[in-house]
Amino acid sequence: MIEAVLVEGFVYGIMALGVFISFRILDFPDLTAEGAFPLGAATAAALIAAGADPFVAMLGAFIAGGLAGAATGGIYAALKVPSLLAGIVVMTGLWSVNLRVMGGKANIPLIMENPVMDAAYGLLPGAPDWSAALFFGIVAACVIALLAFFFQTEAGIAMGALGDNEAVVVSAGSDPRVLRTAGVALSGALCGLSGGLAASYQGFADVNFGSGIVAAGIASVMVGEFIFRSNRIGVQLVRVVLGSIAFRAIMFAGRKYGYVIGMSPNDLRFVTAALVIGAVAAGRLKASGEARRGLAAAVARTSR
Amino acid sequence: MIDIRGLTIIFNAGTSDERSAISNLSLSVPKGQWISVIGSNGSGKTTLLNAIAGSVPVASGTITLDGRNRAGEPEFRRARIVGRVRQDPTAGTAPDMTVMDNLALASRKGPRRLLPAKPAGLKRRLRDRLSELGMGLEDRCEENVARLSGGQRQALALLMAAMTEPAVMLLDEHTAALDPRNADIVMDLTRRFVREYGLTALMVTHDMRRALADGDRLVMMHEGAIVADLAGDDKKGATVQRLVRLFREVRGEEYAEDRDLLS
Repeated sequence: MIEAVLVEGFVYGIMALGVFISFRILDFPDLTAEGAFPLGAATAAALIAAGADPFVAMLGAFIAGGLAGAATGGIYAALKVPSLLAGIVVMTGLWSVNLRVMGGKANIPLIMENPVMDAAYGLLPGAPDWSAALFFGIVAACVIALLAFFFQTEAGIAMGALGDNEAVVVSAGSDPRVLRTAGVALSGALCGLSGGLAASYQGFADVNFGSGIVAAGIASVMVGEFIFRSNRIGVQLVRVVLGSIAFRAIMFAGRKYGYVIGMSPNDLRFVTAALVIGAVAAGRLKASGEARRGLAAAVARTSR
Repeated sequence: MIDIRGLTIIFNAGTSDERSAISNLSLSVPKGQWISVIGSNGSGKTTLLNAIAGSVPVASGTITLDGRNRAGEPEFRRARIVGRVRQDPTAGTAPDMTVMDNLALASRKGPRRLLPAKPAGLKRRLRDRLSELGMGLEDRCEENVARLSGGQRQALALLMAAMTEPAVMLLDEHTAALDPRNADIVMDLTRRFVREYGLTALMVTHDMRRALADGDRLVMMHEGAIVADLAGDDKKGATVQRLVRLFREVRGEEYAEDRDLLS
């Protein structure tokens, strides 16, 4: 049980990191994940079904998601439409693309070939579930480490400043459009990778994988921000994944014990929505109280 | 260093609200000169600075900075040779990033590389620069800028703008939003940076005494044009009374309360 929560927390936590980058770091509210996540799943599943190396399949999912993000960022930069609209357009178009990637089928099962899970379950002999938790924990840790390094580079610091005060980036002589597009692409790439890992873990890719994924990502980030505070990027990244684990634990509890209060798994989306709204409300109170900006405040700002 | 010829800027072009903010303005500033720009509200002072920085589109004319006409160049590219400090102390810094992150970002102009932004040597140099401000900020490097006072933020913004020794420095009433004590501190720092680095600077101010006390040259604007240009002994001998008289001449005598407005 804990193992399953951990696995889900790590797998979807990588998606939550993508959401964190677009919403929190870039201050760029974006729905691309709804299309990039299933795109990653479809790409990885199609590659695995075609006999590709699992590493290549995950790289493919990462790149495909990155292209989706780049499309959103590019539309925003070129046409100056609101970020939400750019994301909706890309997400809508990706639904057709994803079906193409999967050869016209709504899903691809990974029953015969599932090399990622073969590796994941084989890490600790005799304890496949803990083995999978360890495996995906290592993957998530590697992603966090790479991102933590990136956000200490010149490009990473500038990306952070972009969501905070664009004028500072302009003053430093950098093109904010290029930086923003790169950031949204990175966000999409993480969602794509997460989708690829999720397809492996679930044992199939489905065209509807992405439905509700952004709200889940936002909820994860917000739950994380309630755990503790920090202005250090590395700590914030870890916090996102901890938030994801906590969010998955809430969902797991809802699935497993919700019947006690007459809840069915169908009600979990409502719980997710209520979590997000609750966090936005709390974020507003907090923002007006001490002017601290969290993701909740960012969402509240864009909804004004 | 700055050579502006026939600059015209039109707001709301093509609409019924069309009005020209700057019309056929020319101004030449040699390297290392510090100009104070005064004028009433709406006279085009800030628009002139915005045009040089590249944040408003130019209808016609040329803006030559550091030997090249940059009238159509995007703002971010021009920023590589232009430093700017605005009136609002929150405008020049990223509040939710640390003091050190802000400085590291400003310490280099141009595209960003995938290299560590804060190598130990740079950090040491930036701490030294911070200590020059005399505000104790060198001990608050890892605090977010949002926690600094308005005066501290503006001093930091000034350092960030001046640190790379830009060819052109634009100061847009950068002490106007500060209390008198902090305004004096930031002005002292401005004097030091401009003189130490030999910056070519344009400083917009409402404060006539400040305009007379600082800078090598004084330019008065009215309705989008330069109406007075004092340098050398002309400027040294000028008084607030004389500036007020000049103002009256260009605006007509109906503004009898000018002295109160401008003193």
